[in-house]
Amino acid sequence: MSPTFPRLLLDHAARRPSAPALREKDFGIWQTLTWSELAALVRAMACGLAEAGLQRGQHLVVIGENRPRLYAAMLATQALGAIPVPLYQDAAATEFVFPIGNAEVAFAIVEDQEQVDKMIEVRATCPQVAHIWYDDPRGLRNYSEPGLAPLDALVAAGRAWDEKHPGFFEAEVAKAKASDVAALFFTSGTTGNPKGVVHTHETLIDRAAAGARFDKLTADDEVLAYLPPAWIGQNIFSYAQWLVCGYIVNCPESAGTVTIDLKEIGPTYYFAPPSVFENLLTSVMIRMEDAGRPKRWLFDRAMALARRVGPALMDGKPVGALDRFRYALGKVLIYAPLRNTLGFSRVRVAYTAGEAIGPDLFTFYRSLGINLKQLYGSTETAVFVCLQPDNEARADTVGVPIEGVEIKVADSGEILIRSPGLLKEYYKNPAATAEVLSADGWYRTGDAGFMDAAGHLKIIDRAKDVGRLAGGANDGALFAPKYVENKLKFFPYIKQAVAFGDRREKVCAFINIDLQAVGNWAEKRNLPYGGYTDLSQKKEVCELIRDCVQKVNADLATDDKLAGGQISRFLILHKELDADDGELTRTAKVRRGFIGERYDVLVDALYSGKSEQFVETAVRFEDGRVGKVAATLKIVDAETFKPVGRAA
Amino acid sequence: MTARRSGEVVLEVQNISLRFGGVKALSDITFDVREHEIRAIIGPNGAGKSSMLNCINGVYQPQEGSISLRGKTFRHMNSRQVAEMGVARTFQNLALFKGMSVLDNIMTGRNLKMTTNIFQQAIRWGAAEREETAQRIVVERIIDFLEIQPYRKTPVGQLPYGLQKRVDLGRALAMEPTVLLLDEPMAGMNVEEKQDMSRFILDVNDEFGCTIVLIEHDMSVVMDISDRVVVLDYGKKIGDGSPEEVRNNPEVIKAYLGTAH
Repeated sequence: MSPTFPRLLLDHAARRPSAPALREKDFGIWQTLTWSELAALVRAMACGLAEAGLQRGQHLVVIGENRPRLYAAMLATQALGAIPVPLYQDAAATEFVFPIGNAEVAFAIVEDQEQVDKMIEVRATCPQVAHIWYDDPRGLRNYSEPGLAPLDALVAAGRAWDEKHPGFFEAEVAKAKASDVAALFFTSGTTGNPKGVVHTHETLIDRAAAGARFDKLTADDEVLAYLPPAWIGQNIFSYAQWLVCGYIVNCPESAGTVTIDLKEIGPTYYFAPPSVFENLLTSVMIRMEDAGRPKRWLFDRAMALARRVGPALMDGKPVGALDRFRYALGKVLIYAPLRNTLGFSRVRVAYTAGEAIGPDLFTFYRSLGINLKQLYGSTETAVFVCLQPDNEARADTVGVPIEGVEIKVADSGEILIRSPGLLKEYYKNPAATAEVLSADGWYRTGDAGFMDAAGHLKIIDRAKDVGRLAGGANDGALFAPKYVENKLKFFPYIKQAVAFGDRREKVCAFINIDLQAVGNWAEKRNLPYGGYTDLSQKKEVCELIRDCVQKVNADLATDDKLAGGQISRFLILHKELDADDGELTRTAKVRRGFIGERYDVLVDALYSGKSEQFVETAVRFEDGRVGKVAATLKIVDAETFKPVGRAA
Repeated sequence: MTARRSGEVVLEVQNISLRFGGVKALSDITFDVREHEIRAIIGPNGAGKSSMLNCINGVYQPQEGSISLRGKTFRHMNSRQVAEMGVARTFQNLALFKGMSVLDNIMTGRNLKMTTNIFQQAIRWGAAEREETAQRIVVERIIDFLEIQPYRKTPVGQLPYGLQKRVDLGRALAMEPTVLLLDEPMAGMNVEEKQDMSRFILDVNDEFGCTIVLIEHDMSVVMDISDRVVVLDYGKKIGDGSPEEVRNNPEVIKAYLGTAH
């Protein structure tokens, strides 16, 4: 019988019933759920859902953090041939309206009061939501909404129903085909409404298995699941690959305890976007700055050695005996304790994806002996397209195509992919499907890039964002905004950057400073400031950022293709770009077009040669209230450099 | 907010007068607290609010009057006896053990529930170990309830003030009280911390079924979360009733805002 997720579950439950499947830290203790317990839970939930009227092919939304019972809910839904739709738990209620309406969702299983409140709000526009079950009853005692019930009640009802309908669950699981739809993922989308990406059991399981073979994952691996389960990355790593390999998924106690839990679990297989690695490094660096002088000296010496020798050791290149000895000593004194503090003591394979990673950041982790690698993929490709082999990790490429994947580069520079993991379609959106999927099975990624000499894929930007300057000194020069923004973001002081330049005479940029890093920097210089807005407009901070911008310009000047796209003017924004204000996607990517429109006064000021500009912006707080931030922003000119051709 | 279940009188304060030498801190105060309500005591500085709480708590012995708890009247009872009757409190200026972890601080709230003696506990074997495990479960539920899991092992002195207040509340909850006395739970907090604390107080009232007596300066908080309010001024009761009634009471307005002479 071809594999589906519920069948994989039953298979694990039959073969290794007492092996741990999931762990969750609750009340200070890691509580284990074995495969057989999980199977029993899924069975009860599925029966309960069937009794409540969930039909084959219908959708059910799952909203919450990584919680064992929410994973069980997804499995139970799939067991009935219905389709789970995970949604981002930190999204506002209004953002749920489109997916719930689009997929005609009548059933919801959510984590807690916060999500229940949002679902009740959504009901005003989507009255078809008949059933809402919640995992955590806290604060919900006095709610009397129709159709609202605790998950415990669903499980209990399911058990009773199961007794009256023996064989029902098995029959339902047996009905499923691998080509049936397994899940619907809504992509955050930088423009317009989100699109529902339809994946089948086949596509997800095929890619999960291919990735597992590539990195030789086994049932002994451990994963910490702490990123939103609505993101396909987390879903693949802690759901699809979990069921394929049968390893252990650990759910942290709360969002605030992730670093503690990471250290306690010591995962062997780890996945995070670059921002997580960056935050970890920042926290280490800040603590080191506060450490005593001898410790700091030792740390600096050890890290300098690690940067020089570590990556070579990781890649299996020859290293002298003396350096090997020094590195071993460093390992005892610094690297091993540091890895332990970071929670990376046992990491065998770690991946970063979703955004470009800074070379310094990448090298830092590899030099500690952590096998950090990059991969390339997206929601539409079920993640695994290109992966870096163990000895070929590089900061500026995303790896080689893995088994099953074919890649070609279109004349426009866009990357096309053929793979068994491609989406079936966009839900109820044949026009969008036709736009990205050709009749002969090629998927248009929308990314611009090329294959380098070593056979690694290199991505420069979204194909549609790559533009050209018009008029001015660099007329017609190539401009890849994300490439420039990423180079800026590699500086610890810069959190976000937005570059403008397409069909304009020069490149200008908005900068978001990193409050923690710049705040610390200011404190060291006895520079007083009152909050984010004030700090961002300090003369000293403007100069600090100008140095960063000029370094980027000098770097760009050495690039054959992108030398014309240097930044000539920039300003530091008075507020942090925020997903709640629609300026970032939920995965923290800048929505350049939206930002350009929202701050059109500032864009005009950049291009009109003004030296400062007043701006007032509405901000949305987490509880939905709206406030205002106003400031007069300085506009700073940066030096640009003559292009220097690459050394022959 | 309106339809809270409040039942019969659990705590009755009758004609309490308290003097320190010639200073009259409280004179002839009478009010009651009903089961499951949130009862606020407000008043300007020096009105005698904390003294009132200290009388209920058994820290001060009033010269006149009596206090009855669930029909049991007492005049001379020490704070331990009051605690054994199910009354817990938090402190205005945080009497926490700064060097101890959050976990240990809350664990001290379980003191009265422990049956093993100090020698058994020192060896931590057999009954003492079993007991610690049982008590830890209760403490962990409180940590979960107050959402302070990330700070379980952090020394309390390193935490920001708002979190220390939460730990203080946690320690009081660890006694599994039926009546909870809160002495300015929101003093020195910013708006966000006040909102969090208000939510916790309402949740405690709801989930633990505690009756709450609360002293607070922030009028908006008092008006939002309490069912009935007692107003004190210079040791005298000048108002008693629903937040709405109290707000419109001319005596209260005078005490708070002053009047032109």
